[in-house]
Amino acid sequence: MLAVRRGKKVEFSPEVLEQAQQIIRRYPEGQQKSALIPLLHLAQEQFGGYLSVEAMDYIAELLHLKPIEVYEVATFYSMFHLKPVGRYVLEVCHTGPCEIKGAEWLIQTLKKKLGIQEGETTADGLFTLRRVECLAACGYAPMLQCGERYYEFLDTEEKVDALLEQLRQNAIT
Amino acid sequence: MRRLLLLEKAHIEEIDRYDIYRREGGYTSVEKALKSMSPQEVVEEVKKSGLRGRGGAGFPTGLKWSFLDKKSGRPRYLVCNADESEPGTFKDRYLMEKLPHLLIEGLIVSSYALEANRAFIYVRGEFKWIIKILERAIEEARTAGWLGKNILGSGFDLDIVVHPGAGAYICGEETALLESLEGKRGLPRVKPPFPAVVGLYGMPTVVNNVETLAAVPWIVLNGGDAYASIGIGKSTGTKLISACGNIKKPGVYEVELGLSVEEFLYSDEWCGGMEGEYGLKAIVPGGSSVPILPAHLALKTASGQPRLLSYESMADGGFETGSMLGSGGFIVYDEAQCIVRNTYNFARFYHHESCGQCSPCREGTGWLERLLHKIEEGHGTLHDIDLLWDVQKKIEGNTICPLGDAAAWPVASALRHFRQEFEAHVHQPQQCLFRRRASFVFANASVEIA
Ligand SMILES: Cc1cc2nc3c(=O)[nH]c(=O)nc-3n(C[C@H](O)[C@H](O)[C@H](O)COP(=O)(O)O)c2cc1C
Ligand code: SF4
Ligand code: FES
Repeated sequence: MLAVRRGKKVEFSPEVLEQAQQIIRRYPEGQQKSALIPLLHLAQEQFGGYLSVEAMDYIAELLHLKPIEVYEVATFYSMFHLKPVGRYVLEVCHTGPCEIKGAEWLIQTLKKKLGIQEGETTADGLFTLRRVECLAACGYAPMLQCGERYYEFLDTEEKVDALLEQLRQNAIT
Repeated sequence: MRRLLLLEKAHIEEIDRYDIYRREGGYTSVEKALKSMSPQEVVEEVKKSGLRGRGGAGFPTGLKWSFLDKKSGRPRYLVCNADESEPGTFKDRYLMEKLPHLLIEGLIVSSYALEANRAFIYVRGEFKWIIKILERAIEEARTAGWLGKNILGSGFDLDIVVHPGAGAYICGEETALLESLEGKRGLPRVKPPFPAVVGLYGMPTVVNNVETLAAVPWIVLNGGDAYASIGIGKSTGTKLISACGNIKKPGVYEVELGLSVEEFLYSDEWCGGMEGEYGLKAIVPGGSSVPILPAHLALKTASGQPRLLSYESMADGGFETGSMLGSGGFIVYDEAQCIVRNTYNFARFYHHESCGQCSPCREGTGWLERLLHKIEEGHGTLHDIDLLWDVQKKIEGNTICPLGDAAAWPVASALRHFRQEFEAHVHQPQQCLFRRRASFVFANASVEIA
């Protein structure tokens, strides 16, 4: 198993637990397993941006599933991170339409500016750089996703600098 | 003449809010359907309209609806496919961002027609802001009485749930989507049985694309015949085309089916022509899965007719000289683009996205990627080119779901139309346009290309 143990139990706060229960109630009687992917998103968001073994076991418990049913789903989907990541995960689309508009340029530029390779995290824990497949922003390339947002038309060094600066500022405030 | 059936109101300020949408005539199709039509009458209008699925396959929507098992009396589900992950396609996103209430209105009238009391919108997980937009719109619609129990006193109940995916192209395939919605890995099911009989939770289910469902309110309001009078032949109505690549004005456009590719590409009303100094080299007209067309076949069919944005014209000439309208992901390549590089990129994509259930796809897509990488890197032989042809042939038609075909077709069509470019990579790899262009682009940024 590729996933990481964090060494201590995790659980949702009462408010988040209520949110989780609401999600579970959206599905028909007896079909609570449908809530698995939404709850894994919630867990990833709540527990530091990745899914530790403990986080997955906790979700299994909430949904009355066997842990393996959670692991096999968590490992199938590319949005779930099984290892710790930086505060901002920069996910650059490198599929065809983005490639012809400079996706490789954007990736190399970010590597150089951040001093990391793909898949790595900066020493200050702020940025992780990844390649991802088409994000349905093909007309607005080159682009990347970070958190809840897309950043599009990142075609000059100035724009890349401005984005990194903005994220660094957000981290402080 | 430019007719907008879907995006007519997209430019109205705050049209994503219920009050504005309603003020502009929103939800009247629900009033009409629930108060004056039977579910079967709605199905009939959709059949008459000739509306075809906008998710890629172009299957007639009314016909699909008529296959839904209503007789057994088991609960029925409507699932909206908002997974939008086919490279080159970004139209559903636009529609949901601008007009979330149009999709909800479409879901209500369609669920009524299907006599389904629960509908799901399966949205790709990366669209986090869209999930929020949809959830807010659903809440607004519920508050206004368009969702919930006994809607408009008709006795019809409906709830809509927004469900996120988590990053897997294969979950756009309808049966993988249903597996994923059930909280499992997105592994396509063997068909038959079709979802219309055994779908979500084993119950009768219809899966439709966002754009398909958004077309239904207009049909209910204006009638199937009125819809069928728009467009050309069996390609009725309008279609959203997401245009990208080397054009002046990338974006999402609604076109009446039958518009010529030439006008769409060069007119200022649409793509605005090529972006730079280079001419047109090729077009992938319907998302990465459909065959690539070289410039001359993109603009005219082999028999010399103008190529049109319609299901039939796009397919004219079969795979020898034609392609498919697909999802409407329109990718334009200029003469500075390297077809080998692009084919490699797509092969890499399909290999990455293969769910691994069937060996022709799992192994075959890996072979395609490796062979293309070797050729693109300048280490290929003429034998590799023949092997590439052979491998794609062995995938096509031999897999559980169409992802295998989708991986094979771009390779087959690139070899068919651009074989000399593959051979040039064997003989003079340093001439690769991607590398030449990259070194030019990268010179300004003082970074090295991998
Ligand atoms: C690999 C693969 C990916 C697909 N991705 C999508 C998608 O992202 N969105 C979509 O609507 N249909 C997608 N489809 C088509 C669906 O399987 C299905 O045909 C469609 O949702 C039906 O809706 P429609 O009849 O309204 O087009 C995909 C099919 C395959 C084989
Ligand atoms: S064709 Fe590929 S993606 Fe489809 S079921 Fe087979 S292995 Fe999975
Ligand atoms: S190819 Fe990058 S967003 Fe579609």
